[in-house]
Amino acid sequence: MTLHTRSVAELAAGLARKEFSAVELAQHFLSRIERSNAALNAYVTVTAERALADARAADEVRAAGRAGPLTGMPLAHKDIFCTDGVRTACGSKMLDNFVAPYDATVVERLRAAGTVMLGKTNMDEFAMGSSNETSWYGPVRNPWDLKKVPGGSSGGSAAVVAARLAPVATGTDTGGSIRQPAALVGISGIKPTYGRVSRYGMIAFASSLDQAGIMAPSAEDCALLLGTMAGFDSRDSTSVDRPVPDYVAELNAPLAGVRIGVLKEFFAHGLEGATGALVQAAIDQYRALGATIVEVSCPSLPLSVPTYYVVAPAECSSNLSRFDGVRFGHRCKDPRDLMDLYKRSRGEGFGAEVKRRIMTGTYVLSAGYYDAYYIKAQKVRSLISAEFKAAFDKVDLLIGPTSPSPAFDIGAKVDDPITMYLNDIYTIGANLAGLPAMSIPCGFDGILPVGLQLIGPHFGESRLLSAAHAYQRHTDFHRRVPAAYA
Amino acid sequence: MSLTRKDVEGIAHLARLEITEAELPVYTDSLSKILSFVEQLGAAETGEIEPMAHPLEGESQRLRPDAVTERDQHAKFQQNAPAVAGALYVVPKVIE
Repeated sequence: MTLHTRSVAELAAGLARKEFSAVELAQHFLSRIERSNAALNAYVTVTAERALADARAADEVRAAGRAGPLTGMPLAHKDIFCTDGVRTACGSKMLDNFVAPYDATVVERLRAAGTVMLGKTNMDEFAMGSSNETSWYGPVRNPWDLKKVPGGSSGGSAAVVAARLAPVATGTDTGGSIRQPAALVGISGIKPTYGRVSRYGMIAFASSLDQAGIMAPSAEDCALLLGTMAGFDSRDSTSVDRPVPDYVAELNAPLAGVRIGVLKEFFAHGLEGATGALVQAAIDQYRALGATIVEVSCPSLPLSVPTYYVVAPAECSSNLSRFDGVRFGHRCKDPRDLMDLYKRSRGEGFGAEVKRRIMTGTYVLSAGYYDAYYIKAQKVRSLISAEFKAAFDKVDLLIGPTSPSPAFDIGAKVDDPITMYLNDIYTIGANLAGLPAMSIPCGFDGILPVGLQLIGPHFGESRLLSAAHAYQRHTDFHRRVPAAYA
Repeated sequence: MSLTRKDVEGIAHLARLEITEAELPVYTDSLSKILSFVEQLGAAETGEIEPMAHPLEGESQRLRPDAVTERDQHAKFQQNAPAVAGALYVVPKVIE
């Protein structure tokens, strides 16, 4: 059996029984990257030397009898996570020359667990986008069809896992940036509860929505990594101090008796027929597997996209004010004065979508508009959150589509921001309410994968992962690899 | 909501962004569309509802003891700076 088509769990087992070494495994993936990355544009930085050094260290740890479950596991990090001594560009010209001086907590914890960093993955600029087309480094291509987008903003991480150029990759999700690309490339991805995984060293976009997570072939693989990433971090002031369950041990929790709510609002206008039919078939399968399916409603959910496009730009306009051309990042040539330095450095360093969001945020926070836009949006956010809470009084999980359609053509939606924003219509709600959510593959529309979304109550990751795992024990969509990369 | 070119120039100034002549009409159009799109929030019945301050109920911003926890690494950090002199960051003259 070829190495790269195995799941993270299977690779971990192979390493443990010394079927292959960490160095051999790293070399296998590095040679795949060498062969296929140019066409996909999924890695922006390949850290081959670092990977081999990490792998040698992992083999030594194993030889010394001190190996853990992830020792020697290759992985890719989204280029939003700071990596000490390695360029961290966040998809932006602004940070094209930025070498991070420290590791993000996520990177530090995964490194301490013995993982092997293969490289940094392409992404929408500052995670602002749903197609990976806003990246300064150019669009990532979908391994299932190179004319299509892989989704975004974690499009590079999605593509490297789908094409098996890495067994697993980190991602971040502010409005769907793990789940939507996972759906569009046919892999599994989890966005944990807000505060579950540290945001320290993860370049900030919208701090009340941002959350780090994991993208891998299966829910079991996600469970293997999430336990290592999650947990309290004093360096993130919104990190939650609460024990981390053993997600792997809880994977086999039975589905019988679990109440799953079908969100009525997710099946309204905008959902493509074939996607809707595959999601419905998955819901029927859950019923057949013993779950109780009921219909629930969160009537304010259709307002989640406009709410997000006030709150997220507001926070981004504040967070991105740190890029001033003074301490790090792009600086314009020959500034006339300080104002010129600020304006030209930022005007040149940021791409069009980032500038659009900074300006939207600046406007909604400005005197005279703050109450009408920002406060109003935060009130609607409370409303949406309360409706989710009421739904979780009745059910254990919510279910629906991840994205209204499969992957679309590169270039198809770039000229109309509103059409692009509506890609996240089903994913944004979980971010607004801080809920954990995941996407798993549930079928194919032609050759393109379709994603099923599961949403849980706060800190309900175990139930999410076990419900996804139960489905994946009876389906093989998550095992399919695009023919060109099999 | 329809913005004028002048509005967009004002917003760009507040955001410290240089916008080119060619970009101005593009942003005027797209920002107007975005603001029109978000205006549907006005119709939501939010009466006595409190604006959300934290995504997790009962959680608030944690404070830490006022103690030194960082070591001095300015030389490492300044390696990313476009212009430095000694331990200082260099910018164009601010006060005439």
